[in-house]
Amino acid sequence: MSRAGLLSLQILVGVVLLLIWHVGATIPIFGYTLLPKFFFSTPIDVASRVVQMFAGGKIWGHLYVTLLETVLAFAIGALGGIAIGFWFARKPLAAAVFDPYLKMVNALPRVVLAPIFMLWLGLGIWSKVALGVTLVFFIVFFNVYQGVKEVSPVVLANARMMGMNERQLFRHVYWPSALSWMFSSLHTSVGFALVGAVVGEYLGASAGLGYLIHQAEGVFDTTGVFAGMVVLAGFVLVVDWVVTLVENRLLHWRPQSAAAQA
Amino acid sequence: MATVIPLKPAQGPTASAVRLTDIAIEFRIKGRPPYKAVAPTSLAVADGEFVAIVGPTGCGKSTLLNAVAGLLKPAAGKVEVYGQALAGLNAEAGYLFQQDAVMPWKTALDNVAIALEIKGVGREDALGAARDWLGRVGLGRFLDRYPHQLSGGQRKRVGLAQVLIRQPKILLMDEPFGPLDAQTRQIMGSLLLDLWAGDRKAVLFVTHDLEEAIALSDRVLIMSAGPEARIIGDHRIDLARPRDAADIRTHPRFHDIHKAIWGQLRAEVIKTYGEEA
Repeated sequence: MSRAGLLSLQILVGVVLLLIWHVGATIPIFGYTLLPKFFFSTPIDVASRVVQMFAGGKIWGHLYVTLLETVLAFAIGALGGIAIGFWFARKPLAAAVFDPYLKMVNALPRVVLAPIFMLWLGLGIWSKVALGVTLVFFIVFFNVYQGVKEVSPVVLANARMMGMNERQLFRHVYWPSALSWMFSSLHTSVGFALVGAVVGEYLGASAGLGYLIHQAEGVFDTTGVFAGMVVLAGFVLVVDWVVTLVENRLLHWRPQSAAAQA
Repeated sequence: MATVIPLKPAQGPTASAVRLTDIAIEFRIKGRPPYKAVAPTSLAVADGEFVAIVGPTGCGKSTLLNAVAGLLKPAAGKVEVYGQALAGLNAEAGYLFQQDAVMPWKTALDNVAIALEIKGVGREDALGAARDWLGRVGLGRFLDRYPHQLSGGQRKRVGLAQVLIRQPKILLMDEPFGPLDAQTRQIMGSLLLDLWAGDRKAVLFVTHDLEEAIALSDRVLIMSAGPEARIIGDHRIDLARPRDAADIRTHPRFHDIHKAIWGQLRAEVIKTYGEEA
């Protein structure tokens, strides 16, 4: 199928869905409204609300807060994951000792940690960052651990025969291998950083997209909830696009097919 | 007048580049008696000599090479490099592996230059030398390619340049051209001989291809089928040098040598398959 053909089909699906939503919400069928406005709002109301949000300029502050939390959660979680991942991969004893505790914490649904972070860190951004960190850390940690463990033994032996010392092995062999594993999970880990931020905001905050949605929900403002969701979806798409750019820049040494599969 | 300088023992240039004395190699397997891969065996490679080890698959040729490289510690016996007992990795040796061993995250140029950079050579000098070496192995136009963008034969050339740029005194090669197709193998063999003719390093070349061994080397050692493999034959190859690795195969003398060695090798190959059947 041609590019244009595919695109027109994709647009068609969107238009049909919006049409069903609009008709269901505005035109009564046999005196019965399928999608009552109170619960479902209408696409036009939602769209005009989104435009209002941006025109009014208030949304930027909330976007900034959510973005800041996401970036901080990712950065701190990734740093921790890299450090611990390297440490465990190089020191099997440490890995063996901590293994059951890591498994336990990782098995815990992270949302239940939100209240305790709220108590410790307050309603500001840091409680959301902490929640995101707990999510990001494990993804990065497992990937870095694998990356160091699964360095090709031949590449390693070759580097040793070349005369590399431990520091040089780290820089030229272990580090690039671990990074390639970490970057292959970049979409997932950035996504989880965002989930941590938004869920944290939803549970208690004074700014951010999650807070915005929660506020609208509190006054039964369905249009506001949907508008918040639309902005959030757009925000995620932009973040994902940036991640793809970064990924292509950093993993250009990998074959295209393998990078696309990851 | 009174001081008499004692004569040094006959070492240095006259000593063998590599000497293995009664080397035995074992692998420990949990809950089973250790697997004796290589039985006590000895061999020596003189300075500037090209020695090939041929044997049936799985006989322990690569294992023996790893012991010379210092990647593997023998259970018994002595490994000497230029008269010195080997401790740790063999710093005099360059090792060309059977599998791809170049770093996939570095370009061909960086993969070769790094071998000098880690020794403290400045980046610009290292890059210059790497360009030169990649040119010599025929990859002058592929400097900026990543390994996955190169063919199997081209990756081997990068590996060869990566090893040779360090100017090691000893070259260890573990079926380096094994994964390549027949034509590429012959071309790589010729390239290797050309490069080797320049400074005549000591070479220990492991292969299961007898023709390749005869075409390239000064001596062909035959290894018996494992377990407890050992060197059972030592054949001098008196074909004139310089040789062309491809053309030499049509030489009548080549056929005589091949016939003589093949008789011995065939018995070992049959033994290997007999045990597996």
